[in-house]
Amino acid sequence: MDNRVVITGLGVCAPNGTTIDEFSEAIKKGLSGIRHQPDLEALNFSCQIAGKPVLSEERISQYFTPLELRNLNSTGIIYGVIAGLDAWKDAGLTIENNEAPDWDSGTIFGTGTSGIDKFRWAINKIDALEIKKLGSSVVIQTMASGVSAFISGKLGLGNQVSTNSSACATGAESILLAYERIKTGQAIRMLAGSTSDSGPYIWGGFDAMKVCTFKHNDEPEKGSRPMSATASGFVPGSGAGALVLESLESAVARKAKIYGEVLGGHINSGGQRGLGTMTAPNPTAVQRCIQTALKNAGIEAREIDVINGHLTATTKDALEIENWKAALQLPADDFPYINSVKGLIGHCIAASGSIECVASMLELSEGFIFPNINCEDLSPEITALIDAKCIPQTLIHKPFNILAKASFGFGDINACIIFKKYTHE
Amino acid sequence: MNKEEIIEALKTIVEPYSEEVLALAHIDENTDFINDLKINSANLVDIVLDIEEKFNIEIDNDSMAKMLTVKATTEIIAQKLEAHAG
Repeated sequence: MDNRVVITGLGVCAPNGTTIDEFSEAIKKGLSGIRHQPDLEALNFSCQIAGKPVLSEERISQYFTPLELRNLNSTGIIYGVIAGLDAWKDAGLTIENNEAPDWDSGTIFGTGTSGIDKFRWAINKIDALEIKKLGSSVVIQTMASGVSAFISGKLGLGNQVSTNSSACATGAESILLAYERIKTGQAIRMLAGSTSDSGPYIWGGFDAMKVCTFKHNDEPEKGSRPMSATASGFVPGSGAGALVLESLESAVARKAKIYGEVLGGHINSGGQRGLGTMTAPNPTAVQRCIQTALKNAGIEAREIDVINGHLTATTKDALEIENWKAALQLPADDFPYINSVKGLIGHCIAASGSIECVASMLELSEGFIFPNINCEDLSPEITALIDAKCIPQTLIHKPFNILAKASFGFGDINACIIFKKYTHE
Repeated sequence: MNKEEIIEALKTIVEPYSEEVLALAHIDENTDFINDLKINSANLVDIVLDIEEKFNIEIDNDSMAKMLTVKATTEIIAQKLEAHAG
């Protein structure tokens, strides 16, 4: 018999909030975390605005030992460890210095790259014939699994400890991988999440591809415009999101707070066939992913109350809505509410899915739908598909049952998760 | 710099790498970095880097491999300082 899987802890390190309370307040009020970045301007970036979590030295020092802090130059690891440990504590779990690891708990904590600033520093040292000066801290900060390794060491995790990587679907994928592990009884508890570095060396490639907006350098908070007629590319972001997934049995036994249940989901790829390419989604695969997620979750399309979209603020937003519509086969005037966190924090790349799932769980557990910002001029292509009332621009207080979350990534890959409100039975 | 001064400087260098408060307090020639101070072996290269910087010397791979105790390390530092002075 499969285990039911619930979410019992949340942690976040987002551009508009680095604690759950701050982030929750920010998404309800529509507070943007996008700021002008002087380093991007100095380096002649087209897009000189970005989303970056604001952390004090003092806050960071609560999560790392003085020795770890000495050569720490990986923002992704900092964000991931903060979000991960906060989620663990939020779940009411303790960090114990036991002799034996916790065999029942593991982590799947994803990222795209790790420690890109550290990597740059190491490359410069090597090229300057100073290889010896690298010391012992380069590998652990630049290996992709650095973030899961740091987290597991701090928590003493003894189950699977791994880092997944699937471009912008990484965060959603980490949750589904963790879900499967608990569902099939291989773990009782998994910390799922993802992280993404800040800075010019992670964002530069996107800037060069001209997928980021260059029209809002003087008005950062207006720059990220999902579903708007004037959307002109995404705003790069960074940070981390983390969720503690746990078997319902364990959560109930220890009387944990339950944010919601993972009913199921699906991960697939368009194989870069048909309309799919390295950078464009194959619509058939997107629709299939959503439909299979519903099937796996055992629900009907009409039961979905809220969709938390991928919606990055490129011209592809309308295509995404078209795919949701084709997949769900629901009428324009009776379509679920749909919103995008990216208007507030930009596109946090590998971290986007997990941060957005944290927002989704807050909405579901507290009964609200956060407002979309910067789409007062809705794209006519989108309003031709669904009613404008489905795209809230002010906070809605409303208890609801089912939320669908999807993330899509380069490489033509898709992930969709179905969350349900948990009602104590 | 005499032996006692080198040991004193060494103590300041290794301190951040060890959580063994008692062993750190009683550091002497016979102290072993891994067995007594429980220093992660991966950090030995970092200690060597700190030593190079502090004493303004260069430590070759063969010497580095021997630097597992305070005694061996102190001797190597003294040799290098002497070579430097000469």
